[in-house]
Amino acid sequence: MPKFMVIMPGDTQSEAGIIPPPELFAEMNAYNDELTKAGVLLTAEGLKPTSAGARVRFDDDERRTVIDGPFTESKEIIAGYWMLQASSLEEVLEWVKRAPLSGGVTLQVRPLYEMDDFGPEFNAKLREAEQQLRE
Amino acid sequence: MAEKSQAVATIEAVWRMEAARVVATLARYTGDLGLAEELAQDALVAALEQWPAEGVPARPGGWLTAVGKRRAVDYFRRAETLRRKVGELGRELEIDGQGYEIDLDALDSDAAIDDDLLRLVFTACHPVLSAEARVALTLRVLGGLSTPEIARAFLISESTAAQRIVRAKRTLADAGIVFEAPDGAERRRRLESVLEVVYLIFNEGYAATAGDDWLRPGLCEEALRLGRVLVGLMPDEPEVHALVALMEIQDSRRHARTDPDGEPVLLLDQDRAKWDWSQIERGLKALARADEAFAARADGDTRSGDRPTEPGAYHLQAALAACHARARNAEATDWRLIADLYDRLVQQTRSPVVELNRAVAVGMAEGPAAGLEVTDALVGLRAMQGYHLLPSVRGDLLVRLGRHTEARSEFERAAELTANTRERALLLARAAACDASAAESES
Repeated sequence: MPKFMVIMPGDTQSEAGIIPPPELFAEMNAYNDELTKAGVLLTAEGLKPTSAGARVRFDDDERRTVIDGPFTESKEIIAGYWMLQASSLEEVLEWVKRAPLSGGVTLQVRPLYEMDDFGPEFNAKLREAEQQLRE
Repeated sequence: MAEKSQAVATIEAVWRMEAARVVATLARYTGDLGLAEELAQDALVAALEQWPAEGVPARPGGWLTAVGKRRAVDYFRRAETLRRKVGELGRELEIDGQGYEIDLDALDSDAAIDDDLLRLVFTACHPVLSAEARVALTLRVLGGLSTPEIARAFLISESTAAQRIVRAKRTLADAGIVFEAPDGAERRRRLESVLEVVYLIFNEGYAATAGDDWLRPGLCEEALRLGRVLVGLMPDEPEVHALVALMEIQDSRRHARTDPDGEPVLLLDQDRAKWDWSQIERGLKALARADEAFAARADGDTRSGDRPTEPGAYHLQAALAACHARARNAEATDWRLIADLYDRLVQQTRSPVVELNRAVAVGMAEGPAAGLEVTDALVGLRAMQGYHLLPSVRGDLLVRLGRHTEARSEFERAAELTANTRERALLLARAAACDASAAESES
């Protein structure tokens, strides 16, 4: 069953470290509860403002440059993400549509690469030994 | 054309999301799981007819339930004997006689639907049904899988899968099984049957030949999803959290369990970098919740008078799986804790296979002589007579003790007993190696 990352973009509020008002917070919790109860939610995490983070740039001469936050390119900013697992992209989209959001917020829904995307699975046959003794 | 199939894909997705709630609600209204499942299928057909043209309704689950209820009214209307029930349903629905224009606000609260889902779980997994029937019915009504999907998953024909479901529904009806969730001690007993179904689904996926995997919907993941649904419905049950923990941790090793040739890799030989560590983290969290739920129950629950003193079998197995998951490498394994957990598991299961596992752990924790002593008690058991892993484990322990001649005959015996040709070859090779070692130590 495929996994998906659903990415919430940051905005001036999230960058200022402003936690959403209690009613919005409660709505989001209820939504996450619904996802949990349906068995599709693997994790949901919120990210601190970019001012709390940093970037690392890799140059050709093996030089590493650490660039402290905040990040100025607003399209680089992620405020949080969900990891969902569901039967299809369509199912995840239906779940995502139920998120309590408005005002033009745009979520990204991205399927993860799975082992199976890297060629046919090995023709494994499990012997009883491992079945019985795998712990 | 493409647009239409897109609509169908959306409907199928919505069905996966809503099927259990729709069937559960309809089963409460009709008191009959089999009928409810058929009514829900009718509602799905109606959705396939209407949604591509009219779009997915704002509350698709409510729409499907409403259509199902209306079909229920039609059904009961036809069945003269149930006239009274029609009255009740009719009032609730305020049917307008034509379409499915129903006041959606009058639909059931989430809490009521959760209760219905719980009833659905316990009814679909009722012990009156064979394990096979429970598995098929659970995937169908709780997982929202179609008959062809179930058939593919279990490598059976569609007609066989359909028959299993039909027979399961008939068995429930014939046995007069009421659509309800048991309480107290009865619930705990019946919960075993529910968890068994989920773990059977998981193991079916876990043991599946990987070569066919791309054809099969991921049964392990299906089982995990069902397990998480159960956690949502029964957050106070330690064994439900424990089963999820066990499945998460076992499944985290999926990509390390076979080598590039598809041959199995034993746990201690696995490359732990290939384990899915985020999944292990989820498993360990689920185990922590199982511990909390167990502690709460052991402290509190005096109503039923059966405060548990010992964690359940899934809890112990999850704790065992966690021991391995916490060890960054095989050498770091806490074998003493594992031997202790197996000891407790043996008390519950009375299983000689579990005892053999304990022997392996004792052999690691206290040395081969102690492990061998544990296996001595198993040698005479009738249940272990044809079990090749007993002589195979004894052979291992004897080699470590330097008793190569005895080890050789154990490996030969194990080779005789195994049905797997590759394994037989391995065991015979080990027997031959014993000969060489024995000759060396004698000369």
